[in-house]
Amino acid sequence: MEKNRFSIIEFVIFAAVTFAVLCLCICIGSVRIPPTDTMSVIWDGMRYQVDLSAAKPEGLQASIILSVRLPRVLCVAMTGAALALAGGAMQGLLKNPLADGSTLGVSSGAALGAVIAIAFGIRFPGLPFAGTMVMAILFAFLSLVLILTLAYRLDYSLATNTIILIGVIFSMFVSSLMNIIVTFAADRIQHITFWTMGSLQGASYQNALVLLGALVICGGVILRHAQELNAFAIGEDNARHIGVDVRRVKLVILITVSGLIGVCVSIGGSIGFVGLVTPHIVRMLVGPNHRRLLPASLFGGAVFLMLADLAARTLLNPIELPIGVVTSLVGAVVFVVIFYRSRRHS
Amino acid sequence: MLQVNNLTVQYGDLTIVDHLSFTAEEGQWLMIVGPNGAGKSTTLNAITQGTAYTGQVLFEGEDMKKKKAAERARCVGVLMQNHFAEYAFSVEEVAALGRYAYSGSRRIADRDTAPERKTTAVHLPRPAFLAGRSDEDERAVENALALTGMTSQRKQSILTLSGGELQRTFLAQVFAQDPKLLLLDEPTNHLDLVYQKQVFELIEKWLQTPGRAVISVVHDLSLAKAYGTKVLLMNHGRKVACGPAAEVLVPKHLDPVYQMDVSGWMRQMLGQWDG
Repeated sequence: MEKNRFSIIEFVIFAAVTFAVLCLCICIGSVRIPPTDTMSVIWDGMRYQVDLSAAKPEGLQASIILSVRLPRVLCVAMTGAALALAGGAMQGLLKNPLADGSTLGVSSGAALGAVIAIAFGIRFPGLPFAGTMVMAILFAFLSLVLILTLAYRLDYSLATNTIILIGVIFSMFVSSLMNIIVTFAADRIQHITFWTMGSLQGASYQNALVLLGALVICGGVILRHAQELNAFAIGEDNARHIGVDVRRVKLVILITVSGLIGVCVSIGGSIGFVGLVTPHIVRMLVGPNHRRLLPASLFGGAVFLMLADLAARTLLNPIELPIGVVTSLVGAVVFVVIFYRSRRHS
Repeated sequence: MLQVNNLTVQYGDLTIVDHLSFTAEEGQWLMIVGPNGAGKSTTLNAITQGTAYTGQVLFEGEDMKKKKAAERARCVGVLMQNHFAEYAFSVEEVAALGRYAYSGSRRIADRDTAPERKTTAVHLPRPAFLAGRSDEDERAVENALALTGMTSQRKQSILTLSGGELQRTFLAQVFAQDPKLLLLDEPTNHLDLVYQKQVFELIEKWLQTPGRAVISVVHDLSLAKAYGTKVLLMNHGRKVACGPAAEVLVPKHLDPVYQMDVSGWMRQMLGQWDG
């Protein structure tokens, strides 16, 4: 029988690599901390969380690791995983290897939603980021629906070029709206580069928890639809013919993808191309079957974004680059490669 | 087996299929013929619920509109005229997707509506994403690959297949799906003669099992005459004639529809061939 799912050995290998990169990213920074010290601080911190009578880790190294680097790296890893999963799911659903939150303009849509929430003070009592997050998710979903409706009208087969072109135009339009709002409400809103290039500087454990929740709920639903995504990746008509409830699956995937992208954007701004690059590379490693591609993309996305974040904060030290600068540099090159390859095919 | 009553499909003001009624019975190979734009493919699309329509499509007396997607797929399978592969799925992965309608929890949920499967072993309810292929699925996929001659290429990426091999891969998928009614939309349109012959012979063999029927849209009237047990001639979305090939494919019906001397042209072509 063919390898039809992610085997335990593969799971262990991917998890080990992800964990190794995570440790590396915690050790390296403007202050370099040896791995053994890092591990012992994290271990002590975990022990302190479980058992309050244990000694609380103190000192400069402990505070760098526990209150700055660890929450940031965790958020980066989970953002990467979520964006890669969302990208992989969209590439399957639309049978389009160039589909991604950034190329379709969904991230920009989510960022617009978040900016509107902040500028107009939309919030839910008692839940500090809920307003921004809900608006980001809502706008991500509306953007997806709008882009797909426009694309379907032009070209039922959703040809690669059509949908990307509409995504780019939509993205530019939304970005200019966002710029206007940011300009008028500059006192309340982070700088525009946060929304266009993203940053996870100052990410907290609370953010990490929210990301984890989104990954478990939305990610879980997406992983359960791996077989349906396989069918869509072969063709939507074919999916319908073999018995996939195409309308229901499409709606479920669009909602969960919007959930993932909305949460990521409201926490880290719009970080481009992670969802494009990761599934592309992972597909070369494990093949196009979504039962293998999706779990592998989770790990791949985490690794890719952690390394991008590491590069962003160390390459020009002490200047920190926005994380999206690094992902877009890599992403643009990969985009061109895929585009040329797919053009040559047809 | 299939009963279509007063089927009408409209796109805006345009009527593509106009009050069309016909039936297909067990053991029959119904050929739908007619000029471009006659509404042949749209008719097939309506049967699989791929387009909105008015009128009725009944499968064994039950309304197709009321069936769930997976249940529909166990009744009716489709082989399309062309496939555009984007990702490097293997031949086996594509064929195995034909078993989707039988996978996981759906099998349990739909058991009452699929009485012929009650006799098979009891399946524990498993969520779809955990369910591997059952023995029955394995067997169906193996048989389908063997029947279409794709067993030796089962690991090959579909991106590297020729047009004929790709069409046989999707034929394997629909064989694995094991529907009672098979719909074919110009199945050999882009294939060279060898593959045309192969595909038609495979389908003829498939049809020999009792309880099955085939409906296909074809352009080539000689294929319709050679393989069809019944022919439906359409023009402008309406039925012109329906019955045995010998009664439908005659100048009285063909010439007004195609606006030419069809039999004369056919004879001329074949005459040149013999000469």
